[in-house]
Amino acid sequence: MTSIILLSVLGIVNLFFGFLKSNKILLPAAMVILALVFGVNLIDWNADAQSYFNNMLTIDRYSVAFTGIVVLTTLLLIPFSEKYVRDGQENLAEYYSLLLFSLVGAIMMVSYDNLLMLFVGIEILSVSMYVVAGSDKRNVRSNEAALKYFLMGSFATGILLFGIALVYGATGTFQLTQINAGIVNPANASLQPMLYIGMLLMFIGISFKVSAAPFHYWTPDVYEGTPTFFTAFMSTVVKTAGFAGFFKLLMAAFFAAKGFWVPTIMAITILTLLIGNVGAVAQTSIKRMLAYSSISHAGYLFIGLVAVNGKLSANAIFFYSLAYSIATVAAFAVLKLVSDQRQREDYASFNGLAKTNPLLAFVMTVAMLSLAGIPLTGGFFGKFFTFGAAIDRGYIGLVVFAVVMSMVSIYYYLRPIIAMYMQPAEDETVAPIQVSGFQSAVLVLLALLTVLLGVLPGLFSEVFK
Amino acid sequence: MLTAFLLFFPVAAALLLHFAKGNAARVMALGAALLEFAVAVFAAVSASTNMAPGNTQAAYSQFGVNLPWIASAGINFHIGMDGLSLLLVLLTTFLVPLIILASFRHDYPNASAFYALILFMQTGLIGVFVSLDAFLFYFFWEVALIPIYFLAGVWGSERRIAVTFKFFLYTIIGSLFMLAAFVYLYFQTGANGGVRSSDIAAFYNLTLSAGEQAWLFWLIFIAFAVKMPIFPFHTWQPDTYTESPVPATMLLSGIMLKMGIYGTLRWLLPVVPLGTSQWGKLVMILAVIGIIYGAIIAIRQQDMKRLIAYSSLSHVGLMAAGVFSLTFMGLQGAVIQMLAHGVNVVGMFFIGDIIQRRTGTRQIAELGGLTKHTPLLSVCFLVLLLGTVALPLTNGFVGEFLLLAGVYQYNPWLGAVAGVTIILAAVYLLRMFQRVMLGPETSFTSTIQDLTGSELAVLVPLIVLVFWIGLFPNTFLRISEPAVLQIITQIAKP
Repeated sequence: MTSIILLSVLGIVNLFFGFLKSNKILLPAAMVILALVFGVNLIDWNADAQSYFNNMLTIDRYSVAFTGIVVLTTLLLIPFSEKYVRDGQENLAEYYSLLLFSLVGAIMMVSYDNLLMLFVGIEILSVSMYVVAGSDKRNVRSNEAALKYFLMGSFATGILLFGIALVYGATGTFQLTQINAGIVNPANASLQPMLYIGMLLMFIGISFKVSAAPFHYWTPDVYEGTPTFFTAFMSTVVKTAGFAGFFKLLMAAFFAAKGFWVPTIMAITILTLLIGNVGAVAQTSIKRMLAYSSISHAGYLFIGLVAVNGKLSANAIFFYSLAYSIATVAAFAVLKLVSDQRQREDYASFNGLAKTNPLLAFVMTVAMLSLAGIPLTGGFFGKFFTFGAAIDRGYIGLVVFAVVMSMVSIYYYLRPIIAMYMQPAEDETVAPIQVSGFQSAVLVLLALLTVLLGVLPGLFSEVFK
Repeated sequence: MLTAFLLFFPVAAALLLHFAKGNAARVMALGAALLEFAVAVFAAVSASTNMAPGNTQAAYSQFGVNLPWIASAGINFHIGMDGLSLLLVLLTTFLVPLIILASFRHDYPNASAFYALILFMQTGLIGVFVSLDAFLFYFFWEVALIPIYFLAGVWGSERRIAVTFKFFLYTIIGSLFMLAAFVYLYFQTGANGGVRSSDIAAFYNLTLSAGEQAWLFWLIFIAFAVKMPIFPFHTWQPDTYTESPVPATMLLSGIMLKMGIYGTLRWLLPVVPLGTSQWGKLVMILAVIGIIYGAIIAIRQQDMKRLIAYSSLSHVGLMAAGVFSLTFMGLQGAVIQMLAHGVNVVGMFFIGDIIQRRTGTRQIAELGGLTKHTPLLSVCFLVLLLGTVALPLTNGFVGEFLLLAGVYQYNPWLGAVAGVTIILAAVYLLRMFQRVMLGPETSFTSTIQDLTGSELAVLVPLIVLVFWIGLFPNTFLRISEPAVLQIITQIAKP
C-alpha cells in the first residue's frame, strides 16, 4: 500500500518539477522516486498479508513480488529516455508522471481482491498508455498507434466490464474468494451459462491487454508507432501486471470452473504461440519482430496459466516475467539507442554493430539468447519452469508444441545477432552509437541480471512457498 | 574440487582475456590452456590408482562435488568423473592448447574475443563430460554451442552465415527434444511419492515401461545423433567443417563430436535400455550406412578440408556402431577410438591448414610434389594419415579393431560391411596423400616452406600420442574399463 501512496504523491510532485526551467533534474528525480518505491515495496515482504478498503486490495507476497518486477523494470528502463532530456522534450515531466501513475494501476492489478479493483487498475494503466502511445505528436504513425490503441482498448475494456457484470450476476459478488464459493454453490447452478459467458468476456478483455491471440491485432502496429521507450514499457510492465492479475483471477476466483476454462485458455495459448512465432519470422523491422515476440511470450506465460499448478505455476510465472522483462528492456534499450541515432529499425541497421559498439552488441546478444530460451540466460529457466509446471499436470502435447514453437523463435532471435557480428556495416564510415556511461552501466547490469538468472535460478525460482 | 577447478578455470581465464590485446591474448590463452592440461594430468594420475580393472568402486564420483543448485526442485550441481569422463577431459585439455597454438599463424581480428570463446567453449565441453545431473548436463551441452556458433559465424569464410545458422538450428532442435525427454524423466522420478530429482542415479533407477522408453529413446537419441553426426542427421556437418576457421573445425571434429558419443554412453543407453534394445538395430544400420556413405563421398572430394570432413563422418559412424553393439569390446573400442580420432582429425585439419596457408589452395588437383620441399611435413602427414587408416601399431588400429570386433559380435554381416571402412579409408586417404604430396610440382607448390618450430610443437605431441595409443593402449583402456563395465551392467539390469 505504501508503494501506491508513494507513487501517487510523488507522481504529482514530479509534475511540479516540470515547471522548473531545466529538464536535467527530471530523470534523476524519476529514478530516485522509483528506487524509493522499490525499496519501500520490499519492506512488506516479511510482513503479514494486509487488506485495504474492505478487502478490495490485499498486499501479500504475491503482490510484493510482482510489484517488484514492474517497478524494477521501469527503473532500469528510464535511463534510456535520456534523449528526451537532451532534446528538451517539453512534456517530459508529464511522461514520467504518467509512467508513475500507470505503475499504480499495475500494482492494483497484482494485488486486487475484488473485480472492481482489477478493472480500476487496468483502466489506470491503460489510459496512461493511450496517452504515451501518441506522445510523438508530430509523427503520423504515433497518432495512428494512439488512436488504434485507444479505440481497440476501449472496446476491450467495455467487454471486460460486461464480463465482470455477468460474473457478478451469476455469483452475486465481486470478491474473488466468494466468486469461487459461488461457482460451487448448487443454488447458482441455473446461472451457469451466465457465469461462463461472463468469464469468456473477461478473458477476452484481459487477453487484449496482454496481447494474446486472437486479440493481438493491434500489437504490431501500436508497438511500431509508439515511441520505442514507451513500447518497451508496454511490452514489459503491462504484460507482467496483466499476467499476474490473470493468474490470480483464475486461481482465486475461477478455480472451481477449471473444467470449463482450461480448454479455452489452452486454445488461446496454442493460437498465441503460433501467431506470435510465425508472425515474427516474416518481419523486417526489429521493432515489429519484438512486437510479435512479445505476443509469443504471452503464449509461453499462458502455459503457466493452463497448468493451474498452484505455487509451481505462480513461481514459474514470476520467474518468467522477471527474465522476460529484463531481457526485453535490454533489447528495447539497445534498439532505442540504435534507432535514435540511425533513424531506422530494420535488421540492417544493426549490421556491424559488434565492431563499432561491442557493448551494445553483447547486451543485445544476451537479450536475444534469453528470449530464445538458451541456457546461461534467465529465459531458459523461465521456459523450463513454465513447461515443467505444465508437464507436471500431464500437458505433454502442449509442451511439445511450445518447444517446437521455440525452435521457430530461434530463427528470428538469431537474426539481430547475425547482423551485429557477422555482417559488415553497410556504410564503413558509419559512426559508433553514442552511449553515455550511465546507460552503459545499466546495460551491463541488465546483461548481468540475465546471466545471474540463468546461472543461479534458485535465487528467484521459489519466491512463493 | 579438482573437477570444479577444471570446469571453471577456462571461463575465468576467458574473462581475463578481455583485458589482453592481440599477441598477449593468445599467449595468455595458451598459458591458461596448458595449466588446465597440467591439472587434468594431475587428476588422472592421482585417480588412476582407483581405476584399476576389476575395481567397480571407481564410480563416477571421483573428485565429486554435489551442491544444491535449484534446491527446492531437487536439481543439484553434481559433477564428478569416472574413467570415461576422465579420458575425455584429458582429451579436451590436451587438444585445446594445441588448437590455440595451431591458430598462432593466423591473424584473427579481435583476437582476445576469439581466444576467450575457445576457452569458454572448453568450459562447456568439460561441463558436458563431468555433469552428473541431467539438467546440468543439458545446460553445458547448450553452453558449448554458443561459443562455437560465434567462432564459426564470425571468423569463418564467405558462406559462413547460412552454414552456421543451419548448424545452430540443427543442434538446438536436437537438444530441445532431449530437454523434453529429461523433463519427462525428471517428473517420473517424482511419481509414486518419490522425491523429484534429476541426478544421474535417480535416472538410472527409474523403471520405465517399454512403451515409454520407445519414444524417450528417440527424443534423446536425436540430440546425440545430430551432434556426432549419424546419417541422416549429418547434413550440417561437411559445410560447417569447411566454412569454419580451422580452430573451430578442430574443436568441432576433435572434441564436440565426442559429446554425442559420450552422451549416448552416459545418458542414453543406461537410462532407456529397453528403448535401446528396441531401436538399436535400426541405429546400427544407420551407422553402417553412414560409414559407407561418408567414405564413398570422401573419395569424390576435391577439397582437402571437405575430404577430411567426410572421412570424419565415416569414422564416427563406426564409433556409433561400436557403441550400439552393446558389447564390452565395442564400448571400449568407442572410448579408445574417441581419443584416437580426436588426435588424428585435429592433426589432419592442421596439416590441411598449413598447406592451404602456404599455397593458397585446398584443391587436391592444384597441389602436388610437396614432399621434395617439405620432408618434415610429409612425415607428420603420413603418420597421422596412417593412424586414420588404422595401420597396426598406430592409434587407429586399436580402436577400429575393437570396434569391428564388437560389431561383428553383434552381427557378423554388419561387421563385414562396416569392415569395408578400412579399405575405403585407405583408398581416399592414400589417394589424397599421393596427389598432394607426391607427383609433379604445380605452380602453387614450387616455393613451399617446411614446418616451423611452432607447427612442430603442435604436431609432435599428436604424433607421440598416435604411437602411444597404438603401442600401449592399455594405459587408456584400463582407465575406462571400470566405467564401461558399469555401463554394461546398468544396461543389462532388468
